[in-house]
Amino acid sequence: MADYIPTIGVETHVQLKTKTKLFAAVGNDARLAPPNTLISHICVGMPGALPVLNRGAVELASRAAFALNTKPQKFSRFERKHYFYPDLPKGYQITQLEDSIIKGGWVEITLDGKAKRINIERANLEEDAGKNIHPEGADYTLVDLNRAGTPLLEIVSRPDINSAVEAKTYARELWLLMKYADVTDGDLYHGHVRFDVNVSVSKEVGKLGTRTETKNLNSFRSVEAAIDYEIKRQTELLERGGKVILETRGWDEAKQKTTSQRGKEEAEDYRYMPEPDVPPLELDEDFDKEIEKQMPVLPIEIRAQLLGIGFIKGEIETLLDDPDLAKSYISETLGIGPPAAVKLFGSTLIHDAKIREAFRAMNKQMKKDMVRNSMVAANASVANQINSSQYTNYIHQIAFSNKKAKDLLMDQISDEAEIEKIVAKVLSDNPKAAEDVKKGEMKAIGFLVGQVMVKSKGQANPQMAQQLIKKQLGLVG
Amino acid sequence: MDDWPAIADIAGRVQKGELKAVDLMKHSFDMIARTKEFEAIISVPEARAMARAKEIDAKVAKGGKVGRLAGVPFVAKDNFLTFGGKTTAASHMLENFEAPYQATAVNKLEIEGAICVAKANLDAWAHGSSTENSDFFVTKNPYDKTRVPGGSSGGSATSVALKIAPFATGTDTGSSVRLPAAFCNVVGLKPTYGAVSRSGVVAMASSLDVIGSLAGTVEDAALVFDVMAGTDELDSTTIERDPKGYDIQSATFDLRGSKIGVIKEYMGPEVEETVKKQINGAIKQLAEAGAQISEVSIPSLPFSLAVYYIICPAEVSSNLARYDGQRYGLSASDAKELEDSYNLSRERGFGAEAKRRIMIGSHVLSSGYYDAYYKKAQTVRTKLINEYEAVFKNVDFLVGPVSPTPPFKIGARAKDPLQMYLSDLLMVGSNITGVPSISVPAGFSNDLPVGLQIIAPMRADRQLLSFAKAFEGLSK
Repeated sequence: MADYIPTIGVETHVQLKTKTKLFAAVGNDARLAPPNTLISHICVGMPGALPVLNRGAVELASRAAFALNTKPQKFSRFERKHYFYPDLPKGYQITQLEDSIIKGGWVEITLDGKAKRINIERANLEEDAGKNIHPEGADYTLVDLNRAGTPLLEIVSRPDINSAVEAKTYARELWLLMKYADVTDGDLYHGHVRFDVNVSVSKEVGKLGTRTETKNLNSFRSVEAAIDYEIKRQTELLERGGKVILETRGWDEAKQKTTSQRGKEEAEDYRYMPEPDVPPLELDEDFDKEIEKQMPVLPIEIRAQLLGIGFIKGEIETLLDDPDLAKSYISETLGIGPPAAVKLFGSTLIHDAKIREAFRAMNKQMKKDMVRNSMVAANASVANQINSSQYTNYIHQIAFSNKKAKDLLMDQISDEAEIEKIVAKVLSDNPKAAEDVKKGEMKAIGFLVGQVMVKSKGQANPQMAQQLIKKQLGLVG
Repeated sequence: MDDWPAIADIAGRVQKGELKAVDLMKHSFDMIARTKEFEAIISVPEARAMARAKEIDAKVAKGGKVGRLAGVPFVAKDNFLTFGGKTTAASHMLENFEAPYQATAVNKLEIEGAICVAKANLDAWAHGSSTENSDFFVTKNPYDKTRVPGGSSGGSATSVALKIAPFATGTDTGSSVRLPAAFCNVVGLKPTYGAVSRSGVVAMASSLDVIGSLAGTVEDAALVFDVMAGTDELDSTTIERDPKGYDIQSATFDLRGSKIGVIKEYMGPEVEETVKKQINGAIKQLAEAGAQISEVSIPSLPFSLAVYYIICPAEVSSNLARYDGQRYGLSASDAKELEDSYNLSRERGFGAEAKRRIMIGSHVLSSGYYDAYYKKAQTVRTKLINEYEAVFKNVDFLVGPVSPTPPFKIGARAKDPLQMYLSDLLMVGSNITGVPSISVPAGFSNDLPVGLQIIAPMRADRQLLSFAKAFEGLSK
């Protein structure tokens, strides 16, 4: 097959983590709410109900602007986008068109060690629709308006992406940015971040093919799979002499394929109109400064920090994928102990699921205590005062038995006295080997350490045992 | 018909226990019954009104302090959401709609003790200039039953003229308070855009809609406005009150030296001679009282009606989209599918004028036409705003007729929408630019009332009311 160049743009809907809706003072977290309990006259589109802009949403959108390496626009305004659907109570959605709150900016992605900038066209602050529920076998549809009016930021990338894996990397990086900037709860399962992908293929450089838009992808994996599928489908279609139709497609997760939903030719005319009920939004320098001050640490800085204390890239990305964990790890541990100890504790969080979940469940004070105690154990471990299974054992006791490191180290001292006794016994039981060690036969010391390990039922630290053997034989001070 | 005392007097006497709120209610209900033939009223929330009146009387009996509108009955245009009954906007769509919340303006009136005794007829959705577009019935002019009371607040103006209550609320999107006020010989105030919250008032054209008051005197209209005005967290377009408020009971205005502009474009050939004669008489009165009169021009004013009939239907088509038969209001229960449900509900719920405006509005907003119509209209709107600002550098107030004609015959314009739209010719400029205007009675022509329109700069509502009160004093 000839070489087709894919051109891909991604539209991402990010649900903002405001307390209330975009235009109504009604709770915003619909995850656990029974249907139609988070609604007011505004959400239902009652006669005479007027939208009132939520400043919190403007602040979060502005944080997103900084995360995208730009600033919110000084002037932006809202538009009405009209269509009829049961989950759209007013008959129009309040969104933005020409005067978006964000214009420009970029996301930097790294793939195979190479950095690439994906430019942002614009981001619109808009309200979500409700949800239509079609009970199986029923001849009716239920409408839940809890989600109606939830603030979304629709981030539109420029068509700077050229492969499915690039798109997946961009999707993940954007999700990380929005999570770390505290813009969204980012719960992918509940659709807090959803992706629409525009895909076209062309043989000629600089000339774009006809695109399709695959809507409502809710995982990075499905972004990659849907694009891979579309590239293959479009390429095969063109190779067979067919034509790609400008259309909206959906993703069938079970069948791992895209399916045609409706042609763009039949697309509705949305009759956009400036929203007269919401005055234009004007933001000044002082507002920008205030937002800039609030900006949390973003992934790029976290990566640098973690590299600096010895993490490898794979570990860093694993930790980043768990933003809540990574954030508390960074805020609670960085600078608290020597880098090697901090790193060791970080690795424990990454690799030990039990510790990770225990840590996640703790409140801030518990986390602080946990970290302080764990640092003592981690320091002991990196100084080889305790072995790795002891370290693990301690961390578990700290996490689950709520033991203080001080007490554990007391245990450690009594352990040492205990092991000294075992060493003395092993030396008197094996005088020949002891003599060999004194003569410099270092193979013999291995045998003695082994004996200590057996007698201590594996509790002893081999390095400590060796030190104690040498000490008792008068080989070291 | 006995005149109501001034609103402040009524409330003062209720506070002193000299008048019982309950008796005031009974009087209003009696007037409603006696004036039924004019068909000004859609519904009467009697139980709630009586209950509120008893509360106020009980409070007074216990020596409590009641508000500055205590026990004062009022009529609400039926596009204000109110408790105690239905809110219909005079439409079949909302024929059985009971509001789950109240308009901010109504809440504010109630906090001061005013009591809603009736919901007034209007052109359905406030679309019209005669109240003939009501989906229910046509209200008759109190001075000549064969003529229209003006619209769309025709029921409100008629109610005040018929003394059903001392004041009524209205909405003015293109003329809807001022025209019926002029046709019914009462005072009708359209304040500055944003002065009164629109929350809880059925929206017509959001960037033009203004909540106003109708009353027998300028002072009463001003007092009601003073109570309703101010910022509202439920309406982002509301503006701060004048620091002095709008109660002008103790305000005086010296006409000597005030600069009055007579709008050239408002005295053209469209205006009937009989109307011109009355208006010129009013201008002469002002001049004799010492006002400096000059002719001024607002060159783009002749385009204002064209601008209005693009922006207004565009916003109407958008604001009526929510009436889809799915959550409240008329719903076609015989519909088999969603599409049918939309089509049948809207087919049955909207009258001819609403449909006409939805179609015009959808057309001017559709892709390919937006720039030619809507965008161009917005450009002219900006130009008009600038021209008004320029003219107000030289004069304090503008005057002219409210309507080019006296009240017309019922049915005379009903078949010709363009002729009907011309009724608003001299008024839409104030809605497009947002400036405050008032209609004040200026005598009769062949036994039919004529209103003088006075227009002031943005936010100069207090000055406008003071000036209007001074003019009112001259003509009495």
